[in-house]
Amino acid sequence: MSALTFKMKRRLDQRVDMSPLVCNKLAGMIPTEIAAIELQNGKSKIRVDELFRINGDDTQNIVIEGSFSKLDFIGKQLEGGSITVMGDVGAYLGLEMKSGSIKVDGNAGIYAACEMKNGYLEIKGNAGDLLAAALPGNKQGMRGGTVLVKGNAGERAGDHMRRGTLLIEGNAGDYCGSRMVAGTIAVMGTTGRYLGYAMRRGTLLLWNQPQLSATFNDCGSHTLAFLPILFASFKNLNSKFAKESARFNRVQRYGGDMAETGRGEVLVKI
Amino acid sequence: MIINGVTIDETFAEAFGMKATRAIITAQNEKWAMISAQAMTGFATSVIACGCEAGIEKVLEPSETPDGRPGVSVLIFAMGGKSLAKQLETRAGQCVLTSPTSALFAGIDEGVQIPLGKNLRYFGDGFQIAKKIAGKRYWRIPVMDGEFLTEETTGRVEAVGGGNFLVLAKSQPQALAACEAAIEEMRKIPNVIMPFPGGVVRSGSKVGSKYPALGASSNDAFCPTLKGMTKTELPADCESVMEIVIDGLTKEDIDKAMRVGIQAVCDLGAENGIQRISAGNYGGKLGPFHFHLREIMA
Repeated sequence: MSALTFKMKRRLDQRVDMSPLVCNKLAGMIPTEIAAIELQNGKSKIRVDELFRINGDDTQNIVIEGSFSKLDFIGKQLEGGSITVMGDVGAYLGLEMKSGSIKVDGNAGIYAACEMKNGYLEIKGNAGDLLAAALPGNKQGMRGGTVLVKGNAGERAGDHMRRGTLLIEGNAGDYCGSRMVAGTIAVMGTTGRYLGYAMRRGTLLLWNQPQLSATFNDCGSHTLAFLPILFASFKNLNSKFAKESARFNRVQRYGGDMAETGRGEVLVKI
Repeated sequence: MIINGVTIDETFAEAFGMKATRAIITAQNEKWAMISAQAMTGFATSVIACGCEAGIEKVLEPSETPDGRPGVSVLIFAMGGKSLAKQLETRAGQCVLTSPTSALFAGIDEGVQIPLGKNLRYFGDGFQIAKKIAGKRYWRIPVMDGEFLTEETTGRVEAVGGGNFLVLAKSQPQALAACEAAIEEMRKIPNVIMPFPGGVVRSGSKVGSKYPALGASSNDAFCPTLKGMTKTELPADCESVMEIVIDGLTKEDIDKAMRVGIQAVCDLGAENGIQRISAGNYGGKLGPFHFHLREIMA
């Protein structure tokens, strides 16, 4: 069986809701049935075969070729299987995904990995604002799994994040880890203003000294035993985080946000 | 059956089903991992009065431990799941949490999950931090020397306890030397512990006693000083008997340990005063696992 491939025929002006094209929803369907699925496109509907040239039949291994930034909800509620995207993606990549993997070789829009429950999501380019965050009004963002961004992340990465690991090889924007409930965010590049704003618990693991708010208190330099285990869990990733040279267990620890419950921590490599 | 002048009795050891778990203790160096492991497995020779039987399984290289530090694996056996969980938690809390630089990890992933650091976390008084890494949940508990890292649970598996053999020798030093040789070889076998002091027990027991309050008492048939006063099992020139008790995760593990242990004793042979190898049983009616000495050594 070869991968079920959707090759973009033409770029549309209106946004497209790609949520029907996930492995668990396509399981057991034959190509003609898949071709007849209607996707929401702005105010109207569009058949899958009007938008994509379809090849292959392995519904558990989906490839989207020629993707662009108006394809929203790719991998929504994905439960098993893998989705590989060539090109950029729109908003809500991997929304509420439960398991499986999504790999994007371009950039992602806002709310990527939003309320993700488990699985693996990789973005080769940059991620927009509110990466791994909660939907507006909801209290819990990403709840499990691993997200790897090889480029930069926008503002409010990990907003309301509850559990899981968010790895950013590049820089993170302002309010990284804001209102974080728990989980781990690691940033190899720089971080913006208001880091960990109102975070309750959780860990922000940084390679570079951040600009910290007055509500984060210095807890001193420490060698932490959990860091080798955390880094060991990255060893199979296709990432800078997997490199031996990226590992450390000596950090400066800052506790905060003291304006909240103050059980969170910012760990900075020393 | 006679091996190197040592008679292998036509008898069997009788063992029982137990519940077991393994924990891995790491520390800044092997010395402190071993200190913590010795404390955790202290006073754990027999379930009769200790609540569990525990021992050090082996020393682990840094490459074999979860956090890349030197470590020691320990096995703990108990008669029931609840008593095992209670012993594990009490010992982890008092002997590992308290031990400088220590960390504590699960040594068995499968089986029923029982608390390892799950409840110890409350020692952190609200400052404890959970970390779920690669599907496993860890607790970071702030302590005065830094942070105590522990895995939340470890696996509990069905196991076998009470495998044994007796070494009959012409003198006490010869019996002890033979048992020391056996223990040295048996400690190389994984998945087993010999829970008594140094792996050797000199006070093997029989079921029952003339005193109603006691469930077990000295095994007079194997006590050399009683040869003329009781229905003895000993030859006239036997001066000392020592026993090695083995707990293992499976019957096969105990088989292997008994084989190498008995072989080590037999290698010393009759010329070093070793006379017979025997075993303790209850007539085969109490324990479901029987270790026939001659089958093991065949």
